[in-house]
Amino acid sequence: MSTLTALRDATFERDLSLRKLKGKVFEILAFFAILLGIAMLLTLLIDVFLDGLPWLSTRLFTEFPSRFPEKAGLRSALQGSIWLMFLTALMAIPAGVGAGVYLEEFAPQNRITRFIEINVANLAGVPSIIYGLLGLGLFVRQLGLGRTLIAGAMTMALLVLPIIIVTTREAIRAVPRSVRHAALALGATDWEVSRDHVLVYSAPAILTGVILAMSRAIGETAPLITIGALTYIAFDPKGPFDIFTVLPIQIFNWVSLPQPDFHGLAAAGIIILLVVLLSMNALAIWLRNRLIIRW
Amino acid sequence: MTTAIHSSTTNHTRRNRERIFVRGLTFIFAFVSVATTFGIIYELLKETVLFFQEVSVIEFFTDTRWTPLFASKRFGVLPLVNGTLLVAAGAMLVAVPLGLLAAIFLSEYASPRARKILKPALEVLAGIPTVVYGYFALLFITPLLRDLFPQTQIFNGASASIAIGFMILPLMASVSEDALSAVPRSLREAAYAMGATKFETATQVVVPAALSGVAAAFILAVSRAIGETMIVAIAAGQQPKLTLNPLESIETMTAYIVQVSLGDTPHQSIAYKTIFAVGMLLFVMTLVMNIISYFITRRFREKYE
Repeated sequence: MSTLTALRDATFERDLSLRKLKGKVFEILAFFAILLGIAMLLTLLIDVFLDGLPWLSTRLFTEFPSRFPEKAGLRSALQGSIWLMFLTALMAIPAGVGAGVYLEEFAPQNRITRFIEINVANLAGVPSIIYGLLGLGLFVRQLGLGRTLIAGAMTMALLVLPIIIVTTREAIRAVPRSVRHAALALGATDWEVSRDHVLVYSAPAILTGVILAMSRAIGETAPLITIGALTYIAFDPKGPFDIFTVLPIQIFNWVSLPQPDFHGLAAAGIIILLVVLLSMNALAIWLRNRLIIRW
Repeated sequence: MTTAIHSSTTNHTRRNRERIFVRGLTFIFAFVSVATTFGIIYELLKETVLFFQEVSVIEFFTDTRWTPLFASKRFGVLPLVNGTLLVAAGAMLVAVPLGLLAAIFLSEYASPRARKILKPALEVLAGIPTVVYGYFALLFITPLLRDLFPQTQIFNGASASIAIGFMILPLMASVSEDALSAVPRSLREAAYAMGATKFETATQVVVPAALSGVAAAFILAVSRAIGETMIVAIAAGQQPKLTLNPLESIETMTAYIVQVSLGDTPHQSIAYKTIFAVGMLLFVMTLVMNIISYFITRRFREKYE
């Protein structure tokens, strides 16, 4: 071996260990990027809990909003949220699942179908406040529904519809073709195949997607402010045609006030909102692990 | 025998009728999405046209002041666009490096077990309601910024940028990761065979090969940042101005829509029309970005198949 090659080998070895070191530094850096994201999440949660815990009490559930922080509660906001979710689900679930079944099982391969699919994909990327403007122009003004629960629920239903359609399609696609072929071979119509087999098998997965879509709707604020959901409601909403407020709007209202006591109330409201979201997500994960059929 | 056949035919007609009814009904449901798109365009356009009957297009796009709620009304949208882009740029400064690094780690380095824990944990960031981020930006990030830079105003673009950056981090990370994972193994193996280290393979082979997918992730994230509403409405302020200083109070397009919606705006007033004109501009901006990212992703998908 000549001295030249030996020298070259030595520099190569030295360079190689340097190159490997660079890689190690990068790997650690990349890992820290993820850790930073998770650390931010934990900081947010701890900050909110520390701020909100002193203000958390049963009074929040029984009292209406008030100018005095020690008397203020979330009663009308919580009832508004429950009403809104109920009405939204009532409209969005049948429409979203129906549209998903149509696109996956019935739709012919043609331009109209392509057009519908592009629309669904595009709507998922439209900012939520734009839905609020649609709701304001169409439901509140043109249909004359006013700033009512039903106008809010219709706006929200349109907002979550693309999410439900996409998850329904994914759930349906997971059911193997052989199931459909077996039923068709026995003389079932395509609707009977969907109703008695495909939808039955994909129901847990669809339900999981629906719960996640509703958890998105429950924290949504901007479109409801745009349609004019009020912040000060001191009565229980009685039906779909009452004016309303919801939990995130009440939180927003309290954050916007200058007094620190209202910020504490807002943090307490956030804790309630996060607990609701967490339970919905836990339910979705539980459903996914327990009931979803893997083929 | 005849009756049996007969009843089977009526049964068949009934079943067929039901089938046609359900097909029609579900088609209508699917068509709601098309109706929604047209509804959005129609409602925005209707008020925008009325708006431009009172305000000239040239003033809207070139005037440098936005004061439709004051006595002396000026309708230059540039300060709002400036605020929106400033906040979005700041958010990308947080989301792009972190998101890309996270994507590379998840796709190239993480063991399947680590991936199974880290990815969902990161995804939680995207599930936190925006009003909660707004609270955090105003009452945690802003005080921190004021300790570091005493000239920071109570409402400022920077705190909103940081909060939005972390909110869109999972989007940036997961779309980029999909693109990185889609790069065929053979490319990585070729790089290893040439003597490249894992780091060199990741940064000089895998990332460039997935660049279009990463670009699509970037555009989607920008589009999300531009449309974000509650964080900026809470933390960034209500002062539309042309500035590049992130520590000052500004106003974004979305925050302006919220500001007007909170007041009791009469239906026919010019203020009512402005939110639709601003909304139209916002809709067009995000639509263009979504379309660009759609075409980039499609092209990139075809590349290795």
